Order: sequence, then C-alpha cells, then structure tokens
Amino acid sequence: MKKRINEILEGFGSAVTLAWRAFASLPKAPRILKRIAEHGYYSGYSTLPIAAILCFFIGAELALQSGLTLRHFGAKEFIGILVGASMARELGPVMVAIILAGRVGSAVTAELASMKVYQEIDALETMNIPPERLLVLPRLLAVLLVMPVLTIIGNLIGWFGGAIVCAQVSFIGVEPEAYFQSIKRYLEVKDITDGLIKAEVFGFVVMLIACNTGLRTRGGPREIGFAVTKSVVTSLFAVLVLNYFITKILA
Amino acid sequence: MTAALAKFPKPDLRFMREDRSPAKVEVVALSKSYGPQHVLFDVSFAVAPREIFTIMGPSGSGKSVLLRQIAGLEAPTRGTVTINGLNPCDPVTRDRFALALVFQAGALFNSLTVYENLALYPLERRIHSKPEIRALVMRALQILSIEDAARKLPSELSGGMKKRVAIARALVMEPQLILYDEPTSELDPVMSATIAEIIGTLKEQFTVTTIVVTHDRELALTISDRVAILHEGRIRAIEPPAALRQSADPVIQDFLNPKIDIQHPRFKKLEANHE
Repeated sequence: MKKRINEILEGFGSAVTLAWRAFASLPKAPRILKRIAEHGYYSGYSTLPIAAILCFFIGAELALQSGLTLRHFGAKEFIGILVGASMARELGPVMVAIILAGRVGSAVTAELASMKVYQEIDALETMNIPPERLLVLPRLLAVLLVMPVLTIIGNLIGWFGGAIVCAQVSFIGVEPEAYFQSIKRYLEVKDITDGLIKAEVFGFVVMLIACNTGLRTRGGPREIGFAVTKSVVTSLFAVLVLNYFITKILA
Repeated sequence: MTAALAKFPKPDLRFMREDRSPAKVEVVALSKSYGPQHVLFDVSFAVAPREIFTIMGPSGSGKSVLLRQIAGLEAPTRGTVTINGLNPCDPVTRDRFALALVFQAGALFNSLTVYENLALYPLERRIHSKPEIRALVMRALQILSIEDAARKLPSELSGGMKKRVAIARALVMEPQLILYDEPTSELDPVMSATIAEIIGTLKEQFTVTTIVVTHDRELALTISDRVAILHEGRIRAIEPPAALRQSADPVIQDFLNPKIDIQHPRFKKLEANHE
C-alpha cells in the first residue's frame, strides 16, 4: 500500500515537473509552430469523427429521456434547454476528453514509451535537446488549441441529435424551431464558457498524463502496453474526478 | 587504415565550429548502485585528448552503466565524471562541450528519415544555416558511404546500416568526444571490421577523443590506444593492447583467450542437468 501511494505521488510530482519544464521552453514556441500544427491536426482528425457520433447519440438520448419524463408535466418546451445545457456544461467536454484519452492519449503514450524503451529519449538527452521541448510542449499547446473547437462542434452535433429526436419521435413532437428557441432563450454564455474551460483543463490533463506515462516507462516492449493502459485509465479517472471539482468551483 | 582514409573525401570544415578540440575525460572513484544492487565500485581512470580508450569486460560487468555515467544520462551514486573539467549531468555546462553517443541499437528516431535523423541536432541547436546543415549531413552520409539511405526510414535499414547511420548522426554533432556502446554487436565479422576501421579513421580525421565499450576482443585490441578491463564492476587493469596480451592476470587471460574445455566442471554440471 505504501509503495502504491509512493508511486502515485511520484507520478503526480513528475507530471507537474514535466509541465513546468515544457512551459519553461515556451519562449521557443515559435520554433515549433509546425509541430504544434501537426499535432493539432492529428488530435483533431483522430478525435472528431468518434466524438461527433457519440455526441450526436448522447444529445438524441438526452432528448428522448427528458421527453419521456417532461411530457407528463406538459414541459416539453424545456427539452431544448435541458439537452443544450447538459451538452455545453457537462457531456460535450467530458465526451471529447474521453475520446481524446482513448484515441490520441493512448497513441502518444505508446509513441513516447517506445522512444524511451528504444533509447531515443536518451539520444535526445545526449544531444542536449530537452524532450520536454521537442515532444511534450507541442502536444500540450496543440491540445489547448484543438479542445475548444472539438467541444463546440461536439455540442452543436449533440444539440442537432436532440432536435432530430424531438421532431421525429411521435410522443415528443417538438418542432426544431421550438427546440432551438428553448436553447436560445435559456442557455447562458456562462454555460458555454464553463464547458470550454473544462475542455481546456481536461485536454491539458489528458495530454500531460499521456506524455508523462510514456516518458516514465522503464523496461522492455511489454511495459509499452502496460503504459498505454495506465495512461488511458488514469486519464479517464482524472477527467471524471476533475469534472466534479471544476463544476463546483465554477458554480 | 591509410587506405580507408584515402577513400574518404576531404571534409569541408569551413563552416564547422572552430572551438572543437578533443575532450579530456576524468572518472574519479565512481560507484553506481540501483537500490540494493551495486553495479560499479570505485572506478577511476582518465582519457587523454584524441585517445581511443576501450572499456572491455564480460556481459553484466557494468560497461554500459559506466558509459551512461560518462554520457551524463545518469548521475553516479558516488564519485565524479568530468569532461574538460565539466559535469556532463549538468544541462548548463553540457552546452560547453560536444558529446555524441552511438547507442548499441542505434537509437535512431523511427518516425524520421535518415536525413532528418542526422539534421535534427543542428536544426534544433540552430548551429548552422539550412544549406550548411544540408552540406554537413550529406558529408557525414558520404563518409559512411550511406548516401543512398538518406530518404529511407530506420525500419528499412539492416543492422549494419543502422550502426553507420548512428555514427553519421554522431559526426554531424561535430563531437569532441564520441562514445560507442557495443558498436560491433550483432554484426557479421566483415561489417565489424568496417565499423572498427571507421572508428579509427574518424579519430584521425576529426580529432576526437573516443571511448568504446565492447566485449569484442578483436575490436578492442585492434583500434585502442589503451584498454580497461572491467570485471564485476571494478577496473581490473588499464593497459595498452600489447601489454594486456602479456598480462599474467588469469581473469584477463581467461577473457582474452577463452578456452572451451568440455571437461570443465560447468559443462559436467550442464550435462548432468540435461540427463
């Protein structure tokens, strides 16, 4: 138990140190613009298709479930805001972060872990090229740029999924105009910005965990697989726990 | 060696840094432990500028660990390593000398082509302009006779080619000190001889200090100015190859001239286990 706690604290400490070292290279960021663009593009196109499909069905499911309940109270006009606020404040950023951890975080961990195991990181260190600047900073900056875009797209697609269900399911029967009017009337700018703040925090944490787990890998090829699993599980845990605390702080 | 020198083109040094002089390495009372496991014990030696110093010993004797301490990849548990009087572990002083390590498996960046692997260091360090970097990389490829591999990925190369690319990458760094970790492991005898020739030639052409870690007896006794025998984490002897051959130390003789004696008790034991 003591060993496990030590490991967790060591992991946390090394993640903080890694972020610190990466951002210490921030003045050299203009030199890595190409890498930032490459990682941003990769993070975007890897995450967007699955995140879009998931957000669509989550929006649809929210509309369906709320429709089932709200029709008994004659409050179907509120389905729009319920779906809209839930997607913007919670489900949009959380779902995008989960897909980011599964698709991009796992790939980043695997790449960095294999670089560590096959001594490529050692080679960088002997060249006095900090891996934090070359490998970590571009990924962190890229994910900070991409997350708000992905979250907004996810939100819009989720709302769209809810609108389709409201229009097509007979016992709900809310027209798209009324549905979007409800979102427009009741959704506040703060709902959107809170969601975007969450998205930024989640994206940063997922990428930091992915990079840190990869760079801390020791041993042989078998450890690369373990590192990937550890990275994804830790990321999902961190996203869900942080979600509660960020909601509480922003509320 | 002279023939090898003749076939290499004369390097164009016009844009190379002028402050390059071979490094002096000093290892003083170095010990290294990983938790309860002690790997190196009180290791001391000095390597003079332009010397080819080989650390030889059986597998598990701590050669590669010693090389990692010299390269500054790990800090010693006790004792010191200095290169030109500076600590290789300190990232601030690390910029004051150029050190290149040729890893056993090459440690080439698999996502980059051979050309990009070689150009990474000068591009990142902003030492030269892009045309100069191109000239530097192409010259290194030419010296190692691997120009045709420039556009290939490391995964498309053979073991011998990877070693050559790793050496070429070291050359592009214009090093004052080159460290080689098992440069001839997993290579056929012909390729091993070629790598040995390259190591010797580079020392002549580029005036670098060279430290080689190997258990290849032929390589060590052919190219080295001095050879250190590392046995169970301790330096057993440091001698020129000729003196080492004459050594009366049974451990050194056993390592340099291993005899396969099927009557040896260890073979008897194996036989008994097999039955």
